[in-house]
Amino acid sequence: MTLALILLLPFIGSICAALMPSNARNAEAWLAGAFTLASAALVILMYPQIKDEGVVRAGVAWIPQLGLDMQLRIDGFAWMFALLITGIGALVVVYARYYLAPADPVPRFFSFLLAFMGAMLGIVLSGNLIQMVVFWELTSFTSFMLIAYWYHRAEARRGAGMALTVTAAGGLCLLAAVLLIGEIVGSYDLDRVLEAGSLIRSHTWYPLILVLVLVGAFTKSAQFPFHFWLPHAMAAPTPVSAYLHSATMVKAGVFLLARLWPALAGTDLWFTLVCGAGLASLLIGAIAALFQRDIKAVLAYSTISHLGLITLLLGMNSPLALVAAVFHMMNHATFKASLFMAAGIVDHETGTRDLHRLRGLGRAMPVTATLAIVATAAMAGVPLLNGFLSKEMFFAETIFAGEEPWLRIGMPAIATLASVFSVAYSLRLGHRTFFGPPSQKLPRTPHDPNRWMLAPSALLVSACILVGILPARTIGPFLDAAARSLLGANVPEYSLAVWHGFTLPLVMSAMALAGGIVLYALLFRLRNGALAPAPLSRPLDGRRSFEVIMVALMRTADRLLNTFSTRRLQPQLALIVFAMVAIAGFTALENTTARDRVSLTPINGAFALLWAIGAACAIGAATQAKYHRLAALIMSGGAGLITCLTFAWFSAPDLALTQISVEVVTLVLMLLGLRWLPKRLEIDDPTRRTPRARVRRARDVVLAVVAGTGLASLAYAIMTRPRGEGIARFFMEHALPDSGGRNVVNVILVDFRGFDTMGEITVVGIVALAVYKILRRFRPAPESMPVPRAQLADAESGGRSDAESSLPRGFMLAPTVLARLLLPVAAVISIFFLVRGHNAPGGGFVGGLVMATAFIVQYMMSGTLWIESRMRIHPQYAIGLGLLSAGGAGCAAWLVSRNYLANITWHGHAPLIGEIHLSSTLVFDLGVYLLVVGATILILVALAHQSLRSHRQQVETSTTRVLAASPGASSSGPA
Amino acid sequence: MEVILTLGIGVLTASGVWLLLRPRTFQVIMGLSLLSYAVNLFIFCMGRLAIDVPPVITGDGRVDASQFADPVPQALVLTAIVIGFATTALFLVVILAARGMTGTDHVDGQERDS
Repeated sequence: MTLALILLLPFIGSICAALMPSNARNAEAWLAGAFTLASAALVILMYPQIKDEGVVRAGVAWIPQLGLDMQLRIDGFAWMFALLITGIGALVVVYARYYLAPADPVPRFFSFLLAFMGAMLGIVLSGNLIQMVVFWELTSFTSFMLIAYWYHRAEARRGAGMALTVTAAGGLCLLAAVLLIGEIVGSYDLDRVLEAGSLIRSHTWYPLILVLVLVGAFTKSAQFPFHFWLPHAMAAPTPVSAYLHSATMVKAGVFLLARLWPALAGTDLWFTLVCGAGLASLLIGAIAALFQRDIKAVLAYSTISHLGLITLLLGMNSPLALVAAVFHMMNHATFKASLFMAAGIVDHETGTRDLHRLRGLGRAMPVTATLAIVATAAMAGVPLLNGFLSKEMFFAETIFAGEEPWLRIGMPAIATLASVFSVAYSLRLGHRTFFGPPSQKLPRTPHDPNRWMLAPSALLVSACILVGILPARTIGPFLDAAARSLLGANVPEYSLAVWHGFTLPLVMSAMALAGGIVLYALLFRLRNGALAPAPLSRPLDGRRSFEVIMVALMRTADRLLNTFSTRRLQPQLALIVFAMVAIAGFTALENTTARDRVSLTPINGAFALLWAIGAACAIGAATQAKYHRLAALIMSGGAGLITCLTFAWFSAPDLALTQISVEVVTLVLMLLGLRWLPKRLEIDDPTRRTPRARVRRARDVVLAVVAGTGLASLAYAIMTRPRGEGIARFFMEHALPDSGGRNVVNVILVDFRGFDTMGEITVVGIVALAVYKILRRFRPAPESMPVPRAQLADAESGGRSDAESSLPRGFMLAPTVLARLLLPVAAVISIFFLVRGHNAPGGGFVGGLVMATAFIVQYMMSGTLWIESRMRIHPQYAIGLGLLSAGGAGCAAWLVSRNYLANITWHGHAPLIGEIHLSSTLVFDLGVYLLVVGATILILVALAHQSLRSHRQQVETSTTRVLAASPGASSSGPA
Repeated sequence: MEVILTLGIGVLTASGVWLLLRPRTFQVIMGLSLLSYAVNLFIFCMGRLAIDVPPVITGDGRVDASQFADPVPQALVLTAIVIGFATTALFLVVILAARGMTGTDHVDGQERDS
């Protein structure tokens, strides 16, 4: 429960944060801080339990058949990361409160920050690999939103896009790897995968899995050759960089490598690939960092370098190196996050991050300078700070990396060389920014910021010092728990101490420090600190290859689309029909085994006559639809009527009722629509007689006849074979005992397959709203704008009622009165259909359509203006109420701990009325009813409302005429 | 009766498909409507034809399922009819808007070049 809460709190906070007003900076910070701290407190409270039990699990089965379960799992290693994520998260929240400008929309920032925190916690707390990948991709997405926070800046958009493309692509590779692992192990459960290490390593898929996992991890952790996105992601606000690009997201990659270390590590391939990438990143990052102008770019390349160091340690296949890697993950997070915060403060206070312009800030902002210099020293690996400890462990490991001579010499040499650069860039960062004569040309006069902006950085720096001086007392037990959870009983002997005597690693550290100072002094003397672009930056710049690949992909996609696709509808439809006929034909021809026939129902002459009419109607509609739309519409309605009678004939009263009501509503709808579809004139079109057109028509005739014959023969083949044992028996037998309904069709709709119906009415509701929205901005064809003759005649004869008088004069009087009388009667009938639907033909659909029809009749008789000035029921509310009612009836089942939409019935006795039988399906059906009423009316009224257009135009033209007649008035055309 | 219904389904399908492949929007909407009749009838006849035995239970609830018409295709078709209405409405509004915006009732929004 606690575990689930740790994960859920940030997400809940994210939703709350999104709902706040955009200028609520303090409230947002309090909210985000509270949720983060609560989550952090829960993490801390978990510690005793983890110490005792090792691993704490919680989970719910979701689809156990597929091995997909929500599985949360925390052990020492995950705990350490969870604390890091929530702890640094809380600090970043405080920092961001003072960093963001009043004009920045804060809800978006904190909402995505919290969502990112939740996603990150999801990665470290997942006990199921698929679930982990989902959270993995979620971090990519939220980090995209955070990097692009200032989306009006082009570089923010580009950086965010690049980060998303690279990391999400890596996530897909990871998903593939996880699926392969699941195939081998037979489970996605993390514990079982870790146990099956030897099985995975000996499998033939192991190289493939390893490469895919590594692509996922390296893209996330910005390792060579995927490192190029990280410097571009620096376009993000600095709190985001401090959080994502030092402490958390980029750590996800190395977290994954450490997590899967027991399962995947230990082979030569692992050593080559992981060490290779780590070594390359370590060196390239360190060298490039020395030559950057932007402070954040220095930090970004330094992050690449330090993550390279961690990757290198992970690749060494040695348990001791793994411990060092975990230790350095923590250390790097603390000093790098505080450095990013310092960079943000400098940027915030001086208006620039350019190392060529910044000089001597130490005097103006002493506190910031002190904090930043300590953190830089930790980054450089100065003794008594945490960076020194893990770096020394790293040096010690490089000495024992391998047996071969080139490894024995090469590895320590490269490690020392990279450290020389690391010391040099750290020195440059601290020296350029805070020492020397104060620079004069800064955009703002610098001074120390608000103490709350400094506090997060100060806390992190004191952690660096504490761990650096008293490692065994501070981080010791936690590191031990983390190592134990990764390595089990094989935790090697290691000692966390500042002083180990005069050892080779100490000599290497000293060499690195001295070399770094000399290197910086030389460069400073030579070029006065103004450094040219980094050597080797062009050939190793992944961004260029990234862009080349992206452009090539786009071009190929365009070309493929142009070759294999068309924007024209007719070929697409023809292909669909053709494919359908072909596929259905093939399958049907394969299964032509003769089975016992059933006796056919005897032919009834009346039915044959009905279908003679029906077929004539269909063919008539097909031929007339081009030029005589009304005729086609009527004939199509005729075919619909025959269909309806067929349903009634063959024992489907519900279908017949629904079909007839839908038929009526559709007809009204089409008639309303035809008003705005200009008439097609039957002219002699020469293009119709070209050979191509003839061939096309011939092809369509053939296709139509084949499709018709095919579907007909399929229907015949099925109807002449006996009915198989389907699911009908189940529904028939369970309808009355389980759902208390006699009309099985209705019982299926509202109970057995209620979820289906729920989805369906949602679609209907959405369609109604879409229709409403489209018509709000409707511009009809200009040819259809003039007021039709019938309307003009109405207006002249006074047949139309105006909105004020209660009854129209003239010939519309009698029909209007009758129609108004009809409304309550129709309402009663519709409710009758609704209520009896469970036991007899009827139901919510039919009832709703009847009610809607009665409303439409009112519109037709009294006119849109008259009705709309008196309408008190809004169809939108009916739609919403219907969905609430249906959904609520479904949720009600939870009250008695049953599944969603399960039927609950209640029997009771009421005075006067007698026996009462209430069922949640009736409420559900009521929801269907309300929604159908609302949606139908909304659609029809939105269309009918367009007729006011011509009224308005009439009024406007007459006013224009008056205006034009009066002198001096400029005539404005009708809108 | 099966033969008659078969022929009916065939004619409805053929007319529907023919209209579906025409270039004018109103033809396509009519085609979809005819085709949906055909498909609804097709699905409906999967439960075989039976006269005067609607799936409405009478008596005490002990039922022999084979004595009733199949309720499953009926339930499927019922939802299909209502969804059909909704899509027709949406399609109609879209073709009206397209006619207003493009000035033509060709399905592609422009007359064929050739």
